[in-house]
Amino acid sequence: MNNLNPKIFDKDVEQVPIRKGFGQGLVLAAEKDENIVGLCADLTESTQMLSFKEKFPERFVEIGVAEQNLATVASGMAAMGKIPFLSSYATFSPGRNWEQIRTTVCYNNANVKVVGSHAGVSVGPDGGSHQALEDLAIMRVLPNMTVISPCDAIEARKATLAAAGMIGPVYLRLAREPSPIITTEETPFEVGKAQVFYQPNEKARVGIIATGALVYQVLLAANQLETEGLAAKVLNISTIKPLDEEAIINLAKETEAIVTVEEHQTTGGLGSTVAECLAKNQPTKIVFIGVHDKFGQSGKPAELIEHYGMDANSIKTAVRRLLN
Amino acid sequence: MMLSDQTIWGLETKANEIRQSIIEMLLEAGSGHTAGPLGMADIFTALYFKILKHDPKNPKWEERDRLVLSNGHICPVLYATMAHAGYFPIEELKTLRKFGSRLQGHPHREFLPYLENSSGPLGSGLSQAVGMALGDRIDRGPSSDRYIYCLMSDGELDAGNSWEGAMLAGKEKLRNLIAIIDRNNIQIDGFTEDIMPLENLRARWEAWNWHVQEIDGHNFSEIVSAIDQAKAIFEKPSVIIAHTIPGKGVKEFERDFHWHGKAPNKEEAKMALNELRTLSGKIRSEHE
Repeated sequence: MNNLNPKIFDKDVEQVPIRKGFGQGLVLAAEKDENIVGLCADLTESTQMLSFKEKFPERFVEIGVAEQNLATVASGMAAMGKIPFLSSYATFSPGRNWEQIRTTVCYNNANVKVVGSHAGVSVGPDGGSHQALEDLAIMRVLPNMTVISPCDAIEARKATLAAAGMIGPVYLRLAREPSPIITTEETPFEVGKAQVFYQPNEKARVGIIATGALVYQVLLAANQLETEGLAAKVLNISTIKPLDEEAIINLAKETEAIVTVEEHQTTGGLGSTVAECLAKNQPTKIVFIGVHDKFGQSGKPAELIEHYGMDANSIKTAVRRLLN
Repeated sequence: MMLSDQTIWGLETKANEIRQSIIEMLLEAGSGHTAGPLGMADIFTALYFKILKHDPKNPKWEERDRLVLSNGHICPVLYATMAHAGYFPIEELKTLRKFGSRLQGHPHREFLPYLENSSGPLGSGLSQAVGMALGDRIDRGPSSDRYIYCLMSDGELDAGNSWEGAMLAGKEKLRNLIAIIDRNNIQIDGFTEDIMPLENLRARWEAWNWHVQEIDGHNFSEIVSAIDQAKAIFEKPSVIIAHTIPGKGVKEFERDFHWHGKAPNKEEAKMALNELRTLSGKIRSEHE
């Protein structure tokens, strides 16, 4: 459905890091528009800006380990008509340079694209200091900012091209580890539009709203639940802001309850924005899956996803508990 | 360029008018910063009436030089100078800090599009100017004749972001970037050398590969010739450490850090305007 990867439920589903899609998208966008420039804070390879740097060295600026400078220099370049993409790990940017993003990017309404890689506990062995779990909250709260959180590498490529083509500040959230390819070239992607990624045959009792790589865990859960006789409909929210309120309200209307799933603190991110929307328009019982007011830690990505209760089994359990 | 006596006299007269406007607008606003704007009036006058390539009637002119104000709290001097230069009516200065005004308490370019940047939180302007200089170089190459000026305070050099910008500019050898530091030695809590020592300031900038000049920030000949010299340096960004007197022009306000962040009341404004209008008592025909 929705032209998703037909092999999605295969054991050997192709896995690609979401950040790679950004790297490819940036080169494609830069080929189309000579105003695109790249800035990086000493993480050019791991944030996947390296191919851009190699292809367009005169349009790349190495900032060094200075994230506040990363945002402010980008703001200045935007003032001269450039379209800066700046990348680092999300804990550092937008973590360390939040005020610079607020004032010099958003308050100026500068055409700057902030790319935060290594979001979520799936960063793995590097540990909690490097696992951004707050970035959606701190970006979503800024006026003028669009917030995008792609679910796979293909969607990340489309999101990068979309960010390049729109005027205004954008935050793009990326993950480090290889994750299953969920979508295809034909899957619709539009900034501000949610997409139904799982439609059960029978009327859905629960609506699951998810973002990022965890959309895969949600699809697994929905598929298994359906075979077990419980119908769940899944909505992929790749744009956290502006939120596709209509899609969320409709989902709440047609189901008994809502579950939100994000690799982020359950405060301030996807769950909160869905709750704000439904509290205003369609009060609904919601269960929030994500990290509950804790920091991450070292471990294997799958171990950590399970530990924090965000894997397919945990999602299934939460859905069953909610409906009982 | 040597300035003629007549040119200097013209600039001094303009700076005096701008100082009067600053007092008048701060009185009307009832809050705001007094010392910094008065101290920087001569440099702003020199920039807008002698140095900058700009056209107040065509503020989006692509060929214009860019002026980035980093320490946004001294915006009364920016607004007053821009009004006197013809960007908007002088009468509008009285709307400073009021609801619906284009003249926000700290500069916001969404309200006043003639500004190159919004500012207020300190330490971020130099990096924005660095970004502009980089953007300019990508488009125009190393011999671009658009200059990017960054006006900044000494107090904001406490902020790491300032030095991050300085390092990058030095590394990139941004010859069309000219920073001017208002070295007035005060910040809101007291004297800079008590709050967070900045000396040896010259050596710090030289260490990051900047060309450094120190000038009397109230001497028009020195201001203009320092800019000329900065433009003649091809391998480095330039910084001009402008020694200024905070509150300059009104003796009662001068060198007193208490005037950093407050506006004059009616009596103080009357005294200040009288002092400015009489050129510190030299004009005796002033009866007010």
